[in-house]
Amino acid sequence: MSLIEVKGLKKSYGDVHAVRGVDLQINQGEIFSLLGPNGAGKTTTVEILEGFRTRDEGSVSVLGFDPQSRGHESRLWRDRIGIVLQSSADAGDLTVIETIDHFSGYYSNPRNVDEVIDSVGLTEKAGALIRNLSGGQRRRLDVALGIIGNPELLFLDEPTTGFDPEARRAFWSLIQKLRSDGTTILLTTHYLDEAEALADRVAVINKGVIVEVSTPADLGGRATAQATVSWRDAETVRAEKTDNPTTLVAQLSSRFGGEVPELIVTRPSLEDIYLEMIGGARE
Amino acid sequence: MNKIPSALSLGIRRGGLEIRQFSRQRESVVFTLLFPVILLAIFGSVFKDTIAPGVTFSQYFVAGMIASGLVNTGFQALAITIPLERDFGALKRLRGTPMPASSYFIGKAILIFVSMLIQILLLLGFGVLFFGLEVPTEMAKWLTFTWLVLLGSACSTALGIAFSIIPKSGRGASAVVSPIVIILQFFSGVFFVFTSLPVWMQQIAAIFPLKWLTQGMRSVFLPDTFATEEVAGQWELGKTLLILLIWLAIGIFFSVRKFKWDRD
Repeated sequence: MSLIEVKGLKKSYGDVHAVRGVDLQINQGEIFSLLGPNGAGKTTTVEILEGFRTRDEGSVSVLGFDPQSRGHESRLWRDRIGIVLQSSADAGDLTVIETIDHFSGYYSNPRNVDEVIDSVGLTEKAGALIRNLSGGQRRRLDVALGIIGNPELLFLDEPTTGFDPEARRAFWSLIQKLRSDGTTILLTTHYLDEAEALADRVAVINKGVIVEVSTPADLGGRATAQATVSWRDAETVRAEKTDNPTTLVAQLSSRFGGEVPELIVTRPSLEDIYLEMIGGARE
Repeated sequence: MNKIPSALSLGIRRGGLEIRQFSRQRESVVFTLLFPVILLAIFGSVFKDTIAPGVTFSQYFVAGMIASGLVNTGFQALAITIPLERDFGALKRLRGTPMPASSYFIGKAILIFVSMLIQILLLLGFGVLFFGLEVPTEMAKWLTFTWLVLLGSACSTALGIAFSIIPKSGRGASAVVSPIVIILQFFSGVFFVFTSLPVWMQQIAAIFPLKWLTQGMRSVFLPDTFATEEVAGQWELGKTLLILLIWLAIGIFFSVRKFKWDRD
């Protein structure tokens, strides 16, 4: 069953055509990651799905609801979704638990406040004022506020920017736990390793259109792409692209009589494929 | 599945939260609540004359201070702090929750009303103790006082929320808002006796709510004989009520229709 259905979505700001006809379908229970360089139309698309922006053309259905409608229906819809925005620095004069407890009152069926605090690893900081939190702790508070309403669908925008590697790993397992609880997640991220670790499917958006939708392993023909075998032959490092790396390694092994000096076998990383797709332009 | 909370109950919850947040900002608590008292101390010490038989300047000034307190605490504070909340992304986050806009507005109205009450109590207490302020004894005057504070505070809240649309950033907000409020205070007879102002100033002031709030407050704190000294020769409470209601409606209209949750 698809939770999000987008067809022919278009949005312009004056002469700038930010989104030029996007089609998307996101299924219940999956983590779907939207990748793309800045200015590709990623944020505009997500903000239309979140109900923050109106569209010019196309149809959008999120949990069976049009995000741009207003009124009581829209409150009932917001009751079922959670949004973690890119950054916020508000309410520094409240404690973590006060803020989360207050937000829990907005929803018809909120999660338990202490459990949520525990799940984002802020139990020790529950009584601390928000302005005394570190950047990473603040980000985890953002996530806590996004999931306190027990959402069916969670929007995560660049969730781990500014995390150290350990905090990022902890965050990833939190997201995986949310999925196993049945939450559908739309993740936008700049980190390709994050998309690879978390996403069931990824979509690459560039210049306002979706370039490809696939699993991270299959993106851009990655699974069937040629492997590169490199080794040291006397003074030079040699590299060869091949469909049969195992055969090549076996040949090299018999030629060298055992160990192949400095042997490396690689396949293109998600990042290589992604950069190729968006025209090699780094952000 | 439980029902989604009502807009009013969430508004009351937000009011509690706003008060808690405000009470932790020590500087603004002291400044907001004590500023009128400090002004009364200064003006009361400088101007010791009587304006009319039995009417000291302090007595006249307290009426103006309460009225302009309504404008400072509501309109000015909101028109400055809401753009800041917008810059911080706090409003966008709220927009993403099922909390309706009306609850946010109700929360602000509660905060303004409560801080106004504290401010008035401090001002009256201080005035009675140190500046020979006389508070009314008739029930009817307290009734007038009550509706003026309630309506004035609602009006000021609504206009502050509506005006928060105008400043482009939180940093620039105070530069836009403060001069408007200060000029309005001079024009409306807060610091000077209204009838001693040039007629064109009086006429401009008569468009805005502060002049009417100030005049209404004078009807509470000055003897009824002073009414003849007013521009119209009377307190004009009916007209005051009407003008405040019109401004309240304007404020609510723009707050509901045009409120900006996001920077762009």
